[in-house]
Amino acid sequence: MQLSRDDLLKAYRTMAAARHFEDSVFENFSEGRIPGFVHLSAGQEATAAGVYMALDERDWIATTHRAHGQCIARGLDLQETMDEIYGASTGVCGGKGGSMHIADLDKGMLGANGIIGATGPLAVGAGLSARAKGEKGVAVAFYGDGGSNQGLIFEAYNLANIWKLPVIFICEDNGYAEATPSSYSVAGSQVARAKGFGMPAVEVDGFDFFAIHDAMRDAVGRARGGEGPTLLHIKTARFYGHFVGDAQTYRGEGEIETLRAEKDCLRVFREKVVEAGLLSDEQLDDIFAEEKTRIQDAAAAAQAAPRATEADLMTDVYSSY
Amino acid sequence: MPMKSYRAAINEAMAGEMRRDPSVIVMGEDVSGGTGAPGEDDAWGGPLGVTKGLHTEFGPTRVLDTPIAEGGFIGAAAGAAVTGMRPIVDLMFVDFLGVCFDAIYNQAGKFRYMFGGKAETPLVVRTMYGAGLRAASQHSQVLYSLFTHVPGVKVVVPSNPYDAKGLMIQSIRDNDPVVFFEHKAMYDDEADVPDEAYTVPFGEANVVREGEDVTVVAIGKMVHLASQAADNLAAEGISCTVIDPRTVSPMDEETILEEVEATGRLVVVDESHPRCSVAADISSIVAEKAFGSLKAAIEKVTAPHCPVPFAPELEDLYIPKVADVEAAIRRTMA
Ligand SMILES: Cc1ncc(C[n+]2csc(CCOP(=O)(O)OP(=O)(O)O)c2C)c(N)n1
Ligand SMILES: [Mg+2]
Repeated sequence: MQLSRDDLLKAYRTMAAARHFEDSVFENFSEGRIPGFVHLSAGQEATAAGVYMALDERDWIATTHRAHGQCIARGLDLQETMDEIYGASTGVCGGKGGSMHIADLDKGMLGANGIIGATGPLAVGAGLSARAKGEKGVAVAFYGDGGSNQGLIFEAYNLANIWKLPVIFICEDNGYAEATPSSYSVAGSQVARAKGFGMPAVEVDGFDFFAIHDAMRDAVGRARGGEGPTLLHIKTARFYGHFVGDAQTYRGEGEIETLRAEKDCLRVFREKVVEAGLLSDEQLDDIFAEEKTRIQDAAAAAQAAPRATEADLMTDVYSSY
Repeated sequence: MPMKSYRAAINEAMAGEMRRDPSVIVMGEDVSGGTGAPGEDDAWGGPLGVTKGLHTEFGPTRVLDTPIAEGGFIGAAAGAAVTGMRPIVDLMFVDFLGVCFDAIYNQAGKFRYMFGGKAETPLVVRTMYGAGLRAASQHSQVLYSLFTHVPGVKVVVPSNPYDAKGLMIQSIRDNDPVVFFEHKAMYDDEADVPDEAYTVPFGEANVVREGEDVTVVAIGKMVHLASQAADNLAAEGISCTVIDPRTVSPMDEETILEEVEATGRLVVVDESHPRCSVAADISSIVAEKAFGSLKAAIEKVTAPHCPVPFAPELEDLYIPKVADVEAAIRRTMA
């Protein structure tokens, strides 16, 4: 394990913040304080922490509609992220994007995306930029098990491989695309598909931060070393529905309860680090409590933040009629 | 007559046609919603419940949940349609058009002409359009003008449950590709809808009300704004004709021109952007063919030329309002 104690604390803090963030959005959306559609990533925090901790400021990420936790992991300003979801004009996109389009180009975040599969080609393009810049940056494309069936993703695999670009494909497989299980929708396996394009590919336990981080570090090393793309197939699960409001009758009886009880990535992390004597339960409890307060404060501030006005409607367009 | 929602009217049309004709099949993401899942099979019945119950009644060979692969399954629907099936495919949000347009406009939409009249392609693409749900830039667009531009594709935009049922039955029985636009904020609208099957023909506008002073042509959900504006202005002594074209391709030019000739004034209300829109198209048809009868400049009421914003305050400013329609009508009378 090459991670320092500070790294471990940071990883847990990221996961704790992401968990509280989604719980807060769930609650506030249910109470009618957040408009639109929100897709929550609770249960998938280890992916956000494990992947993003292997990246640095040279790198680009194109990600999905289920990206709140990833925004935290990438170090987007917490308040600006929350404000965006509430539709406040102080949001990172001025409230024009919302949950599905949070982006912060200054942080290499090409955005959450409302179009399934769009991230693959965008990351290939960022890979071209990274190569041209010559700083050994990498580009990461996230998509779900559902997104993995979109033709755009296969086109991106091919492009990234023929050009040997520094692109990392992350299929974040939470078992469902809306109500459709991946066992129904995906022919073959993610790893075999990737290998068909000639790229290294591994299946990774999505409940285990360490497994994800190790696999990601290998992939980043290859990409920075000019060895081309890699695919990580991260098997995870979501605790909430597809969107807040999804009745989830397609899920098995007791499925979510079992997941929460046995496959909680925060607990898996805790057990490992406490058992290894690296961190204590008290340290982790403190972080968990601190992050809860931080998120609750951010939510309250977002609720009170200023909203857009008529003057904002036609900004950032190049002409009007 | 029983009251039914827009959602139920469309559902009933599909179910009835599926009973009547075994070549009618339904495909799309989560049209059943749960095929192969550990829980309920017909869990979603479509993203907003419009296909609910079809999987239960007709089974998985006629109601197919698809992977997220619109280019694939809509292309497959075009292939199935030209070889004897009558597929109804769900594109879900029309914004997703970008990943599958080819199947609709280069394939299905061109077969009949390109193959010398030998092909029939009875394909129905159902899709949701429109703003108002805080769904942001990639889930709120209108886009029917893109299809209207293409010869060979029919474009249907029902404004109420009665028309929705009759137009859906016509769409399924029609031998050409049809894109069927459902406004996502209208699914719970209710009206009288007969239980039995009936068709509403394409290219026949509905004259919602007749007036003397101004002709208002409105599309889809905007028909309700136009009617509301007409009600409000009637109190002031301005009398409006309101026309719902119901299908924007084919378009009932004749009715629109006749009504404009009678009033001498035209206001077009369209939820899309102003440029290259159906509003612009209707304005140009009238300017070309009824110029002599116009007593005032044509007025368009549309959304602005910007993507649909997420923030509720901005989205509310973005969507045309009754007051905008009233103001436009008044301008033609000034
Ligand atoms: C091109 C396109 N098709 C369909 C959708 C509708 N849609 C949004 S999320 C989703 C499911 C995505 O599943 P997956 O890729 O597994 O990601 P998850 O939601 O599980 O994170 C679908 C079908 C879309 N946004 N874009
Ligand atoms: Mg998924």
